[in-house]
Parts: sequence; structure tokens; C-alpha cells
Amino acid sequence: MKITLNNRPELFDFKKITVTKLLEHKNYTFKMLVIKVNGKLVKKDAYDSFELNDGDDVTVLHLVSGG
Amino acid sequence: MTFDEIKSKLKNYTVGIAGAGGLGSNCAVALTRVGIGKLVISDFDVVNESNLNRQYFFRDQLGQKKVEALKENIIRINREVEIITRDVKLNENNIVAIYKDCDILVEAFDLAEMKKMLIETFLSELPEKKIVLGLGMAGWGNSNLIKFRQSENLYICGDEKSEIADDNPPLAPRVGMVANMQANTVLELLLRR
Repeated sequence: MKITLNNRPELFDFKKITVTKLLEHKNYTFKMLVIKVNGKLVKKDAYDSFELNDGDDVTVLHLVSGG
Repeated sequence: MTFDEIKSKLKNYTVGIAGAGGLGSNCAVALTRVGIGKLVISDFDVVNESNLNRQYFFRDQLGQKKVEALKENIIRINREVEIITRDVKLNENNIVAIYKDCDILVEAFDLAEMKKMLIETFLSELPEKKIVLGLGMAGWGNSNLIKFRQSENLYICGDEKSEIADDNPPLAPRVGMVANMQANTVLELLLRR
């Protein structure tokens, strides 16, 4: 499957992947994230069940303090 | 566009600024100088000595409400700007009502959990709102790591990495870079309309 992750195309060997698995696969271990899939917010309690499909557009924002 | 043309265009627009600290105060001043029509600024805090290393306040304003002190400073630069101040702690129950009529919202919080609250609340309740985020600006140097990217209606300014810590504090140069980058993004969006 091919998904767009933070504006970059990425190829995966899976047919489907949950948000949690994607984060593990990419070694995204940040504790405070905002995740959008095709423009829609995916909340943290849905990361284990939300499945990404071929062609999905995923944005992962890592929120860091400072301002 | 000449500066007169820019000013006459910008005066028709309202920009929301959520937080009047390092990002909010500097971004508000930049938008004030170029002639934005109206600013809606919220913050619950008072000016503290530790703020003066990056925030657009002065020693004689210590102890004053940030929104009031910033309003004073804006008026000293440009009397044409209409300023709405909200002395309130923003949360998921009040933030949409305060900013729903703004053309663009500038996220100018310091804490990551507040940034998350703002983004999640707007994505859930008002996803068409254009939001300019300041994300990652602690420390010094590394100018070339500060960047810009867009994800639908989110416009992200900063290095997206550097987190503040006792040995990596937010300082005027990099915070100012991101705050002015946010103001620059606002201009780009408004002037293209």
C-alpha cells in the first residue's frame, strides 16, 4: 500500500495498517500527537482500531512546548 | 502591491491570536505594523520578569495583564488597528466562540497540551478555519531547521522538534523568527484573496 505521510509518499508491505502500527513502524514515539487522516482528526483512543488504506493522506503533528 | 494597497486590503480582515506570550505578542506587533484591520487577542496571564527575554513587553509593564499591556503597545505603533482583548484562559468550551469570526487564527500558546487542545477542537468543530501554528523554536542557532509546511487548513511554522527545557529555553531570536513567520503566513493568505 501507498500512503502520503506528512506530504511525502511512502510505500508499505502491508495491505492495511492501523494508526498504532504505523506509529510503531515509523518509530514515532512522541507522547503528544495530533493525527489527521484525509483531513479528519483521529483521536488517540481510536489509534488501535483506525485502519489506514491505500491512498490515504496522513498528517502526524508532533506537539512540542514553546512559544 | 504598494504598501498603501497592502494596507487598504489588510484593514478589511480580522486575525485571532490565541495567547499573548512570545509568539502572540511578536506576531501581533508585526501584523500591527503592516496595518491589519482587527486583532482578537486572548491571554489570562500577567507580564512577568522572565517574559522579557522574548515577549513584546517592557519593564514598566511588569505585573500588568498581558492583553492590556499588548494593547497599549499596539496602539503606540498604529492607532488604526481595532483590538479586542479577552482576559481568559482558553479551553475547548470557549475557544471556538471567541475565534469563529476571525479570518485566520494564529496559535500562540507555549504548552504542547494547549496547542493540541486548539488544533483538536477546531478540527472537530470548525475544520474550515485556517490556523497558523508555531511549533518548535526552543534554543538558539539552527536557523535553517525552522521551516514551513501546510496540511490542509493547518499552516505549520517552526522546527517541529525542539522542546523547551531548563537548558534549552525559548529566546527572543528563534521565538521572534517563528512569530514573524506566522505573521508572514497570515499576510500570504490574506493578500492572495
